[in-house]
Amino acid sequence: MDITPKIETRDLNFYYGRSQVLKSINLVCAEHHVTAIIGPSGCGKSTFIRTFNRMNDVIPGARVEGQILLDGENINLPAVDVVELRRRVGMVFQKPNPFPKSIFDNVASGLRINGIKDRAMIEDAVEKSLKEAVLWDEVKDRLRENAFALSGGQQQRLCIARALAVKPEAILFDEPCSAIDPVATAKIEDLIIKLKKNYTVVIVTHNMQQAARVSDYTAFLMLGDLIEFDKTEKIFTNPAKRLTEDYITGRFG
Amino acid sequence: MKKKKIIQLLGFLVLRACLYTVLAIIFLFLYDIGKKGGGAVSWEFLTQPPRRGMTEGGIFPAIMGTFLVTMVTAVLAIPLGMFAAIYLNEYAKQNRLTRVIRLSIRNLSGVPSIVYGLFGVILFVNIFRFGTSILSAGMTLGLLTLPWTITASEEALKTVPNSYREGALALGATKWQAIRTNVLPYAIPGMLTGTVLGLARAAGETAPIMFTGAAFYLPSLPRSLGDQFMALPYHLYIMATQHHAIEQVRPLAYGTALVLIVLVLSINMGAIVTRYRMRRKRRW
Repeated sequence: MDITPKIETRDLNFYYGRSQVLKSINLVCAEHHVTAIIGPSGCGKSTFIRTFNRMNDVIPGARVEGQILLDGENINLPAVDVVELRRRVGMVFQKPNPFPKSIFDNVASGLRINGIKDRAMIEDAVEKSLKEAVLWDEVKDRLRENAFALSGGQQQRLCIARALAVKPEAILFDEPCSAIDPVATAKIEDLIIKLKKNYTVVIVTHNMQQAARVSDYTAFLMLGDLIEFDKTEKIFTNPAKRLTEDYITGRFG
Repeated sequence: MKKKKIIQLLGFLVLRACLYTVLAIIFLFLYDIGKKGGGAVSWEFLTQPPRRGMTEGGIFPAIMGTFLVTMVTAVLAIPLGMFAAIYLNEYAKQNRLTRVIRLSIRNLSGVPSIVYGLFGVILFVNIFRFGTSILSAGMTLGLLTLPWTITASEEALKTVPNSYREGALALGATKWQAIRTNVLPYAIPGMLTGTVLGLARAAGETAPIMFTGAAFYLPSLPRSLGDQFMALPYHLYIMATQHHAIEQVRPLAYGTALVLIVLVLSINMGAIVTRYRMRRKRRW
């Protein structure tokens, strides 16, 4: 495989209190590719990608063992600067979570948090990010309006623009379309495919068609075990494991 | 089918009757005080000190004293309460210890105010040697207000959705940045309202200031925070129960009560208006 690993987990275990949520997971997310994580509800998909930007740190009782490599460097160490890590690895959440500010200020918030004060620079980055998230044409005349005035799909693209504005290297999508209608979903899927040119993308989804449409690699997780990980085409046409086949053909879910 | 509707109708009637009863009591109360005290309230009453053994004159020193002592209370209780609430809700681990602390704070708001008064005498008057003064009384009232301030502030912080915090953290914000930019702006109106309501309650308290600094009568206004002071609630207490000519000063007592009620009401209204303004301005 002619790929560069961007994010890699080695023997990753995740415990929540006494229960083990992820069991010894080894996985490589290739640079400039889309990796999809699929699996039934409660299998640990979201928990898994939230280890990539250490968002689980804020959950009481959570414990992560093993290595998570970003560009070959273990980020699962106490000394790692999680603030810088989260700037490098952006995240888009399940439910669109715009801040109760203007559209402009939403996209600018990440820049301001990272200490950028130059007005022209911020305006430039906001426009660029909104264009990259294919939202610019819809909002360019109302940047000062409250972000809550946007539709659900627009809000989610705004959140994507907000994540892009801080120039991350990878973006994690945690079921980004689960709260959005099919037309808006199609737009976001197109966007995700475009994004891989400049970013490494990891997407958690419970929608198998979505995984098949947008991803290059697919990992199938069940009850905390990584059952199968391969090229998306292979997973959906000729899976190696019986469990995978049963899941993608809808025998359980 | 008919029966269901009758039951609903009865239910509504009972609820409505309860509300009207409460309203009637409040209006009766305000009407009584207004009627009996209204005659006593005049410009002179508000701006002059009492004269002739408090049988004549006004209540200006008491208004002033209540104002000053409430300022001290605010200076102590607002920052301390808000910051404690921020720590408790945002930073502290949510474990058994914090649950016990939280429960204790809630319980403190139910402690009778006379207990705070006695505690204030021991701590501020005797141990810290602030004497019976505005400072001691204000701080005692500050302690009394803190449980309310902390609880109200924490409730306000809880209404800010977690996704605002997570969203900021995911962009590379430090915890403090996330709180400052994405939590506090939305929580502060609620925090302030809760705090000011606590202050209004403190302004009307008698027991905590009785031993810590309020005086029966003072010939002059306090000159520093170390002086004793006259206060509206204490003045009212004296006029209503301790005065040598109770019947004669009754109108003055009612007048004092009216002023105290109007004062507390206007503090509360001020808090509500401030919150409303901030909410509107803070939409984005």
